[in-house]
Amino acid sequence: MSAAEHAIEIDGLRKSYGSFEAVRGLSLNVKRGEIFAFLGPNGAGKTTTVEILEGFRKRTAGEVRVLGVDPEHGDRAWRSRIGIVLQEGSAQPELTVRETLTLWAAYYPEPRPIEETIALAGLEEKADDRVGRLSGGQKRRLDVGLALIGDPDLVFLDEPTTGFDPVARRAAWKVIAGLRDLGKTVFLTTHYLDEAQELADRVAIVKAGVIVVEGPPGSLSAGSGDTQVHFVAPAGIALDELPVSEPITVVDGRALLHTTTPTHTLAALCGWADGRGIELERLEVARPSLEDVYLELVTAPDGSQPPTVAVAPTGRRSRRSAR
Amino acid sequence: MSDLRRALAQLTADMKIFRRNPAALFFTAILPVVFLCMFVGIFGNNRLKQYGGIHASTVYVPSFIGLAVVGASFVALAMGFTRMRESGMLKRVRATPVPSWIVFAGRIGTAIVTAIFVTAVLMLVGGVLFGVRIPTRTLPGLLAALALGAATFCALGIAYTRAIGSEEAGPSMTNAVVLPLYFISGVFVPFRTLPDGLQSVAKLLPVQPFVDALRVAFDPRTTGAGFAGDDLLKLAIWGAVGLVLAIRLFSWTPRQQSG
Repeated sequence: MSAAEHAIEIDGLRKSYGSFEAVRGLSLNVKRGEIFAFLGPNGAGKTTTVEILEGFRKRTAGEVRVLGVDPEHGDRAWRSRIGIVLQEGSAQPELTVRETLTLWAAYYPEPRPIEETIALAGLEEKADDRVGRLSGGQKRRLDVGLALIGDPDLVFLDEPTTGFDPVARRAAWKVIAGLRDLGKTVFLTTHYLDEAQELADRVAIVKAGVIVVEGPPGSLSAGSGDTQVHFVAPAGIALDELPVSEPITVVDGRALLHTTTPTHTLAALCGWADGRGIELERLEVARPSLEDVYLELVTAPDGSQPPTVAVAPTGRRSRRSAR
Repeated sequence: MSDLRRALAQLTADMKIFRRNPAALFFTAILPVVFLCMFVGIFGNNRLKQYGGIHASTVYVPSFIGLAVVGASFVALAMGFTRMRESGMLKRVRATPVPSWIVFAGRIGTAIVTAIFVTAVLMLVGGVLFGVRIPTRTLPGLLAALALGAATFCALGIAYTRAIGSEEAGPSMTNAVVLPLYFISGVFVPFRTLPDGLQSVAKLLPVQPFVDALRVAFDPRTTGAGFAGDDLLKLAIWGAVGLVLAIRLFSWTPRQQSG
């Protein structure tokens, strides 16, 4: 599709290191203005893909467009529209937060105001402290500030909250969610699935160099159906007496069934129980979390067909490439 | 904002980084002055017959100017750029729209400002305490030697980052090169008291021609504008070699990630 709609377009990307193929025909589009989370285990080809998008590495084959430009030929104008948070820190320990941002503002043609960027990174109280005296979380927030100082259209965040305590993570999430409000496109790489679930409009899970599932985090499911229903099986009643068509298993003393029609299943089940004056104890209805999906997908043995993939409600098909 | 103003912003920041780094400040700016005072204090300010009877201090002042310039350029740039490379700063800066030359200009400018400052202090201390004559007629030769020396040792320092695998290795790897060179090039020991073989080796390397060119400018017997032709030519050749090596060998990505 047009560059106006997509911030990132990847088609059939391949990257080999000698005889090892790290990326094996990966295709992906990221829309402008969305937060896109790129997930996958170590060694799946995540970093290689991101570094190709950022212009640090050359690809072996395939088409890549970032803001309409091939990153291998990105010029100054292109780089001024991109912000990056790498896993390593970017700032000199001898400079203060404000001095660092002032220097980096000079690198860009139309920088964002320095005080505004300090506030956006949540570093108002540390603005005149030297970078070397900041905590790990504060340094990371400065990296986010440095990624934003050029007022970019697209921001790459590579594991932006690794090593954060829970409070610092929440603060960082607020900053990242704020980027969406500013109209930025965010390409987020993370190992924290709750982070992706919380922040991302869409996620893709990459495994062995290809994408195995893609879609909004709430819409994904892998393999064994959709909504999970748990309850304590009523005493004295055989499981096959229950008025549900889905197979029931017992896990940790509780009945468990998967259903793609939870309203219908629950109505039948609850109506049946209520009519008999039975209380279904510890009744729970749960969507599989992104973590459930992720673990099921990435722990599937190598070379097997990836599990069935749910289609996102937006109608986007997830892409799978044969290996 | 023009690139010139960007370069000034980079220089301002790099000067602050230098001033706030106690180790860099001590070894580059303070130690040469301490050395001058101690060497004259310990060995005396006698007339040296190997140098036609000029005072020892007139030999030591250009020697320690040489040490200061090599420290501010070769040592500071080799260690500074290695640190920036290994911490990922250079890789990150490369993804900004700033032109590469500005990143180098800030550090090279810092080296030049530091070299000028330490040279002025050494001349002042030498003049006031030990009566070393401040060059006037030979000032063009002194400035030429300083400019060419700073440029050459900056280029060599940037090239040498290739040999340094980690930030921790920086101090030992640079000192392993410069300390022996100081000793065989007439910085700590008057050059003409060294064995002939060692003198021949040192003359092929860059530190001896640099220190000798500075000494020529300070030597009261020097005639003309103080240009030490042979020394400056050797320095220029080393500078050209350094520049080619720097361009070919410099890496922006951490050692573990290169490739």
